[in-house]
Amino acid sequence: MSKYEVIIGLEIHVQAKTESKVFCSCKNSFGAPSNSSVCPICLGHPGVLPVVNREAIHQIVKAGLMTDSDIARYSKFDRKSYFYPDQPKNYQITQFDLPFCANGKIPIGGKGLSGEMIEPRDIGMERIHLEEDVGKSVHYSGSHSTVDYNRAGVPLLETVSMPQMHSADEAYAYVQSLQQIMRFGGISDCDQEKGQFRCDVNISLHKPGTPFGTKIEIKNLNSTRHIWLSINHEIERQTEILDDLEGTGPNGEDGKLPDQETRRWNDARGETVVMRIKETADDYRYFPEPDLPPVVLTDAQIDAFKAEMPMPPKAYREKFVNEFKITEYDAHVLTLDKSTADFFLAAGSKVKKPKAVANIMMNQLNALLSDGEKSLDETKLEPDHLVQMVKLVEANKIQKNAYAKLLPILMEEGGDVEKIAEAKGMIVELDTGALEAWVDEAIANNPKAVAEYKEGKQNAIQFLMGQVMRASKGKAAAPMVIPMLKKKLS
Amino acid sequence: MSLIDLKLHEAADKLAAGEVTSRELCEALLSRVEEVEEKVGALVSINDEAIITAADAADARRAEGKALGRYDGLPITIKDNIVEEGVEARCSSKILDGLEHVYDSTVVKKLKDAGCIIFGRANMDEFAMGSTTETSQIKKTCNPHDLTCVPGGSSGGSAAGVASKEFLGALGSDTGGSIRQPASFCGIVGLKPTYGLVSRFGLVAFASSLDQIGPMSKDVKDSALILDIINGEDKMDSTAIPGKITDFEASLNGADIKGLKLGVPSEYFDVEGMEEDVKVSVEAAIDRLKELGAEIVPVSLPNTKYSIATYYVIATAEASTNLARFEGIRYGNRFTDTDPNSDEPEIMQLYNETRSRGFGKEVQRRIMLGTYVLSTYDDHKFYHKAQQVRTLIRQDFEKVFETCDLIVAPVSPETAFKSGESTDDPMKMYLADILTTSVNLAGICGISVPCGTDSKKMPVGLQIIGPALGEKKLLQAAYAYEQNSGLKLEEAEL
Repeated sequence: MSKYEVIIGLEIHVQAKTESKVFCSCKNSFGAPSNSSVCPICLGHPGVLPVVNREAIHQIVKAGLMTDSDIARYSKFDRKSYFYPDQPKNYQITQFDLPFCANGKIPIGGKGLSGEMIEPRDIGMERIHLEEDVGKSVHYSGSHSTVDYNRAGVPLLETVSMPQMHSADEAYAYVQSLQQIMRFGGISDCDQEKGQFRCDVNISLHKPGTPFGTKIEIKNLNSTRHIWLSINHEIERQTEILDDLEGTGPNGEDGKLPDQETRRWNDARGETVVMRIKETADDYRYFPEPDLPPVVLTDAQIDAFKAEMPMPPKAYREKFVNEFKITEYDAHVLTLDKSTADFFLAAGSKVKKPKAVANIMMNQLNALLSDGEKSLDETKLEPDHLVQMVKLVEANKIQKNAYAKLLPILMEEGGDVEKIAEAKGMIVELDTGALEAWVDEAIANNPKAVAEYKEGKQNAIQFLMGQVMRASKGKAAAPMVIPMLKKKLS
Repeated sequence: MSLIDLKLHEAADKLAAGEVTSRELCEALLSRVEEVEEKVGALVSINDEAIITAADAADARRAEGKALGRYDGLPITIKDNIVEEGVEARCSSKILDGLEHVYDSTVVKKLKDAGCIIFGRANMDEFAMGSTTETSQIKKTCNPHDLTCVPGGSSGGSAAGVASKEFLGALGSDTGGSIRQPASFCGIVGLKPTYGLVSRFGLVAFASSLDQIGPMSKDVKDSALILDIINGEDKMDSTAIPGKITDFEASLNGADIKGLKLGVPSEYFDVEGMEEDVKVSVEAAIDRLKELGAEIVPVSLPNTKYSIATYYVIATAEASTNLARFEGIRYGNRFTDTDPNSDEPEIMQLYNETRSRGFGKEVQRRIMLGTYVLSTYDDHKFYHKAQQVRTLIRQDFEKVFETCDLIVAPVSPETAFKSGESTDDPMKMYLADILTTSVNLAGICGISVPCGTDSKKMPVGLQIIGPALGEKKLLQAAYAYEQNSGLKLEEAEL
């Protein structure tokens, strides 16, 4: 156990899914030819004015509601000034002191990237505010740079967590949970390769009971794995420095890390490297955006948003655990993405023991999907298929071992489960006459095993059972075969 | 009577009656421009060919009985900070050289939709920062009443051109008096509408919460006519007021001021630098209004003394961000004399070089001032305080308008002065805005109407101030005064 406590806070920019950009009518789309989705407004031409996109406001309010945030009845936009070529106006329209959402909660749990289980709890989220994205600079080293302004003006939700995470695993779980919420809400796809989900990490170490240590910022993390790796690297790096600084203060107290550094992750080297050292605090000269009136939301509007709010992942999990009686961990896995959660919800609602559906999904189905590198959506499998499978097992019409054979067929072609089972000869034989014939045949053909059983070798009956199944081509109703064998051999 | 002597409303009547064509009107004005522009310097650009083409099109529509309305074929000039597609709008600056705009401002669109012809672009103080038009980086504008004097500013080109009859009417913009003060200096009418009555979309921003486009014209009726065209809601401007008013001009018929309560604020007469001639002319105008049936009531606007400080904090703060986009990256002038051996990143050098050489001194001064006042935003020293005082100034007016309909006062403590007199002393220039900035801070409306001349025969303006959306009453009072002032105002002789 380290003698230092790790304090982690995450600032995550999430691009909201909308038809058009946040302050103009240009398409909000990824992958268009450079500078094709632009207009005088998002290019910051002289004389233009922003008009806020109601859909973007809807998205941020939805994000707020799904994270149990307080929704501001009165919020406003502000200008944040800094010069950079990807910032067309050289100020960004953002929100300073009156964001749309405050005091949210992000539930964490499940398994960390280290493989350790994470203790389920809520991480506080200080705020979510709405702002405009900037363009994308490309630097051709030594010669020139270009800027693509397609991204300029895409609505961004900036989420700021409380400094309440203590390990890379917890940060990973937070990121995963936030992504789930955004995806479940249809707020963002959070595709990191498309830059829809960009993370900055703030991390400091201190001895418990002493003030927080120097905060180091790791910027522009575009992959969940990098977030996890960079935090672990930073913990190691800072631990070493702090160990060296022990007792070096002017009065014999422990020294602190010297600079407010900004670092970035160098994946090739597997370490964080210095980006810049902040000599003075940035002065963004915030002030209220005079081109946009404050946004007032009424209780009625917020209630209407609430009424149409999609179910957040946490609500699915609670339903699965409380009503479907599956474990926390299974519930966590089955809510990793919305289509899986909806699938299980639909199937689980129609059977007596949803646990049976969960088991199929967690085991056979999961294995098939990961082998085929497919998502559930990409197959023809429907929730009703699992319902039918489970019901057929409950009715003793098929056996559990049929799942592995049925699933690939259903995923590929769909269809009626019972008919497929019939066609493929998976229907269990229940007729005692037929069963007896197979049992007799097995006893007759395997005198050695019979002898062993009679000598007291219980395992021998399993062998005989296998012979029955073989003879019946798997159709024999297993629960009826063993008593029959035992009876005949006694 | 020459065509250049016509008022816009007279020209509209004659166009409708078939007594004159738009082409004849435009040609007469173009030859007037040819004749006097060299002396006056009102215009930064004018495209004769485009004007004649547009005039012919208007005439053809009218001949076919398909005129777009009463205003079809009327030439109107716009200030150089109003954007028109395919045309340079330089704001009289060097930094925007070469940018042909790719869209029409809402006011230009409304003018064009009404059939109006954009008759050139008027000179101004660079980015509307100044009150003499001397900060223009493009040319010098002279006051047609005395060419050695300034026309006022920042809409000095618009005012001078109307007074010199180079054009019939114009649009200006008013952030702290930039329509009313040059109107007063040049002896014409200038109206600053209520904030939001006219869309700002396509007006190159100086101070977003104060800027307002408005008419500048030979008489009150023409200002009403222009306002009829340009006002109205705009989905491109979130600060525009919903609705559209179409009868400002019509509502002047039979305008009467009997029983109208006019407030006279003592604070607007006891200001530093108030010229006696101005005071006398304005007081005479107030007496005349009384004779015409208005009731004169003394009122007080106690926070007037803070208006200059408040105005210069808010206006420069907003300007410092509005003008941040001019750095030569995407458009306009770019100065690339960077030093490869400098410690500064190349991009910073490019910004510095472009902005130091592209902007004039006054603009740089205000950007620095605005940057400074915002740097202290967190401790609320300047910007926050200024917003609080702004509220007090607005409340002053609200209180006064509970007891009177309109306020009457001078526009400026002085008449047009000699060119070059104020440029060395920015404080003197700032302080002269004392009687006009409060109206912008309060977001209400004000008009300047000629009310006589000083001993040097330079025009004096009477300012009438109305509450938010009080334009009708304001125009009616101004019209009643103008029609019955009994003054014989001399035209500029060139």
